[in-house]
Amino acid sequence: MLRIQNLQAGIEGKQILKGINLDIKPGEVHAIMGPNGSGKSTLASVLAGRQDYIVTGGSVTFEGKDLLDLSPEARAAEGVFLGFQYPVEIPGLSTTNFVKTAVNEIRKYRGQEPLDAVGFLKMMKEKMALMEMDQSMLSRSLNEGFSGGEKKRNEIFQMAMLNPRLAILDETDSGLDIDAIRVVANGVNKLRNKDNAVLAITHYQRLLDYLVPDFVHVLYNGRIVKSGTKELALELEEKGYDFIKNEMSQEVEA
Amino acid sequence: MDDKFSSIEQTVLSDYKYGFVTDIESDNAPKGLDESTVRFISAKKNEPQWMLDWRLKAFGQWLKMKEPDWANINYPPINYQDIIYYAAPKQKISVDSLDDIDPELRKTFDKLGISLNEQKRLSGVAVDAVIDSVSIATTFKTQLAEQGIIFCPISEAVQEHPELIKKYLGSVVPATDNYFAALNAAVFSDGSFCYIPKGVRCPMELSTYFRINAENTGQFERTLIVAEEGSYVSYLEGCTAPMRDENQLHAAVVELIAQDHAEIKYSTVQNWYPGDKDGRGGIYNFVTKRGICHESAKISWTQVETGSAITWKYPSVILKGDNSTGEFYSVAVTNNHQQADTGTKMQHLGKNTRSRIVSKGISAGVSQNSYRGLVHVSKRASNARNYSQCDSLLLGDKCGAHTFPYIEVKNNTAVVEHEATTSKVGEDQIFYCNQRGIDTETAVALIINGFAREVMNQLPMEFAVEAQKLLAISLEGSVG
Amino acid sequence: MNNSAYLKEKFNEIQLAGKDSSLSGIRQQAFDSYNKLGIPTVKNEEWKYTRVGGIFNKDFLMADHVPASVSVEDFETFQLPGYANANQLVFVDGVYSTGLSTILSPSLSVISLEEAAGNEFSDIVAKNFNHSARFLKDGINALNTAFVHGAVFIHARKNKVVEHPVYIYNITDSRSEAVLSQPRSLVYVAEHAELEIVETYHTLGASDSITNQVMEIVVEQDAHFFYYKIQQDTTHASQVSTTHIRQVGKSFSQAVTISLNGNLVRNNLHAILEAPFAEAHLYGLYLQRGNSHIDNHTLVDHAVPNCESNELYKGVLDDNSTGVFNGKVMVRKDAQKTNAFQSNKNILLSDTASVNTKPQLEIYADDVKCSHGCTIGSLDPEGLFYLQSRGIPHQAAMALLLQGFAMDVLSQIKPAAIRAYVEELIIQRLSTEE
Repeated sequence: MLRIQNLQAGIEGKQILKGINLDIKPGEVHAIMGPNGSGKSTLASVLAGRQDYIVTGGSVTFEGKDLLDLSPEARAAEGVFLGFQYPVEIPGLSTTNFVKTAVNEIRKYRGQEPLDAVGFLKMMKEKMALMEMDQSMLSRSLNEGFSGGEKKRNEIFQMAMLNPRLAILDETDSGLDIDAIRVVANGVNKLRNKDNAVLAITHYQRLLDYLVPDFVHVLYNGRIVKSGTKELALELEEKGYDFIKNEMSQEVEA
Repeated sequence: MDDKFSSIEQTVLSDYKYGFVTDIESDNAPKGLDESTVRFISAKKNEPQWMLDWRLKAFGQWLKMKEPDWANINYPPINYQDIIYYAAPKQKISVDSLDDIDPELRKTFDKLGISLNEQKRLSGVAVDAVIDSVSIATTFKTQLAEQGIIFCPISEAVQEHPELIKKYLGSVVPATDNYFAALNAAVFSDGSFCYIPKGVRCPMELSTYFRINAENTGQFERTLIVAEEGSYVSYLEGCTAPMRDENQLHAAVVELIAQDHAEIKYSTVQNWYPGDKDGRGGIYNFVTKRGICHESAKISWTQVETGSAITWKYPSVILKGDNSTGEFYSVAVTNNHQQADTGTKMQHLGKNTRSRIVSKGISAGVSQNSYRGLVHVSKRASNARNYSQCDSLLLGDKCGAHTFPYIEVKNNTAVVEHEATTSKVGEDQIFYCNQRGIDTETAVALIINGFAREVMNQLPMEFAVEAQKLLAISLEGSVG
Repeated sequence: MNNSAYLKEKFNEIQLAGKDSSLSGIRQQAFDSYNKLGIPTVKNEEWKYTRVGGIFNKDFLMADHVPASVSVEDFETFQLPGYANANQLVFVDGVYSTGLSTILSPSLSVISLEEAAGNEFSDIVAKNFNHSARFLKDGINALNTAFVHGAVFIHARKNKVVEHPVYIYNITDSRSEAVLSQPRSLVYVAEHAELEIVETYHTLGASDSITNQVMEIVVEQDAHFFYYKIQQDTTHASQVSTTHIRQVGKSFSQAVTISLNGNLVRNNLHAILEAPFAEAHLYGLYLQRGNSHIDNHTLVDHAVPNCESNELYKGVLDDNSTGVFNGKVMVRKDAQKTNAFQSNKNILLSDTASVNTKPQLEIYADDVKCSHGCTIGSLDPEGLFYLQSRGIPHQAAMALLLQGFAMDVLSQIKPAAIRAYVEELIIQRLSTEE
């Protein structure tokens, strides 16, 4: 589904990703872990097409298409969803209006008729229940005055509404207490099926207690330095990232 | 939404949507302005002597006045002798028989999405349609008359209700008020008159559509609304004009009188032709709008200003009566070479008077957008309250957004607060929308409508939809 | 003799004296422009709320070349706390007095402007002297320039912190007749230098005084400039005071204007940000009573990208006093990434006091964060009641609340002696009923 080959990218002339390789197949959950500054969020931003980031080498294909060639909105319409670490506030724009516009723009891209008001409302009610969301959130301005937990819940609600093939969750757990993490992770789990995939970017292991990964990758200094199964996450949690750093420096010495 | 607005949707496609010219013969005054022009207009309207005298006096005053130059706008000098001051569609029509309207005229209003046929209308909006200098048709007159409401062209009111016109015309905006008000008083040709009797709640929205059609013509309409004690009326105003290379002058006057406990809600969607991308053509819009509130009365101005090459407009409220309230909600959009200098004046004279100002300016292209407002609390206006919020949004780095509030307080029990911010459409906001599959143009429209929501919410439903579309269209192509 | 004939005579006298010939061309130009512009009326948008005609068009005397009559004893009554450790510059009737002034800091040089115009500083003088005239299109600024003599050039040396503050006293001797003083100075804060100025105004005698001051300041790369203006003159002393700060390098400036007394006071304060990453802070506090009139006119001109400005003015108006705040923030084309904040808060204590405020934003760049806010109200009755319910008498409770109101401006005064002095003035003022 997603194939990243030797991806190199940076911002403002600073190289951050130094050759990433990653394959994600339908139905899989991948977790990317790593210390601060290792390039985790850069990877998410590059995949979603944030403008400030410049790709300097390598390739990314999604369902056989060159992802890097597409505009951010086309990537979204192709089925790539980014759950933002810091969801953006738009004063005066209601969440309902925002999501409705997004759903219908994506349907338009796919040559589908726009959803009518009744169909949209029905879908919204369904997905809201999934995320244990309060109706009032939808009429409030997008993310404005939302608590950290509400913002992240809103991200997963949008994911549910847009039904992406690949969901990239950028530190969705950051700033959340354990109950909020459970709600968010359970929401993601309910959306999983054999045709879609999740790439969860996180600093801590605890999200992975609820969102169990098939593969765990450790990102360090712009490269994936270690891959394994969910046990790797537990090992990291136990030993801390220093163990990776030490391993790396030993390798260099060797 | 009803028929009317779906038809507007259809006409709203790209650039200026109302730029067509209707091919109708018109009956014009000769170009230029002197006393004979004033007499010509008065004679055309069969006006009584007192009305002519009133005009001539205003004309005399206008000659002595100077065009104001304090606003933050630039335009070449206006040649007042190069304007036709009166243009009327040639056909004589009786306002009571809508079926007799020239089919070309009817088409014009159909294109604008305004049905003059009462049977066809779904929503209760009574319409007065003014084309160039003359009111063409007023709908729902009989239904309104049953409640004692008068809604008719002002020229008709001069004939039919001289006592009301004599009493109120010029009572809020005297001819000497300013240069353009004096000019209007001398040469105004038509406009709407509304009178709501004591205790009556007007059952439908009253609405006037203004359309400039003829070439080289100025439009000088005058609107007068009187709400007697305890009455209520909501009035809507819409304006469009053809695309022409030359600049056309529009200098209107609107006067509102809200007697004790009365409420007037006045909404405008101003979409005069703004000129082309290079700043050629467009309407020069110099408008004086003012209302007076008596005891416990309320006047609320809402405006969505997207059109005109030049906008010079400050809908104001004189809060004369104790416990009266004034409101001003405004969205002003400027794009390309447009210039707008608009805002309000809230004159607190009575005790416990309240005012609220919400102004949202959006600038794009190489346009200049200024908010200019005055809040004045006089010595005897105890416990006056004002809250003003003026926000500006910039799209592109070649436009300007300016805020010029004047706050004068002479009473220590007043509480006056003013806040203003300037920001641009954030790249992070656009990216967030993009990531959800929304293209940049749509994203900008969403963000802008969000920015302006507080004001849009004040508009009657029928207008709100039209206004939202207008915002998006006015800014089309301004974000790449 | 009428006012304009007197000015003409005085002007010719100064020009003919020929002593400061390097400035005579500028004086002539300025005099011509004064005659053209005249004293502004309220029709001038910048003077809409302040009438100065009555003050400037009255008869007054101007300083002669002969040394003025102010004695050391006269001067000593005005000295500010901490003066023993300060450089003290004294102007008498607008003319710099070497006799009364003392310079302590080796990193500071003070010479006459005429001299500076002819020596190694000539280039600085040529580039910066009268720069304020580009921003002030009125006869008052021109009037000062037309009569410039006895002016000083103040130079803070490169890479040095001027270790003692500079106290500037503007004394007008109105013991016999009404006098117009026109002090003029050009301050140059060189690269990586730091300078602190505290300035006060004093009138001797019972006749009217008018001070029309212009100070122009140039702040170079990495320099720091702190300016404190304390206006506490008599009720028959009026002034128009222009402080024009040009930040020509990445630099820091802070101005605090404290206006406590006077008849009519008009302050023009400009921060012109001409280099990226320059930062300007403008603070003001005005406490007015009686029939006094205070007009603070500020301009922050963001001419280049990446600068920051922050402005806070607070006022308390009692009796028949009137306050004006006119703050303009200009963000020029291409001055992207500008951050500009402005706030003006007013309290009206009496039912005959009034305030006119005009916070303005003129913005020609899009990637900016600008905001302004202003409030006008009375003292919070809830707060007053709360204090009274704890046993604090009404007057004291008011004083406490007003001190609290003033605190965020007062806390910006860095020199401890000056801050204590100003706080004491305010406490005294607030605890005495007029």
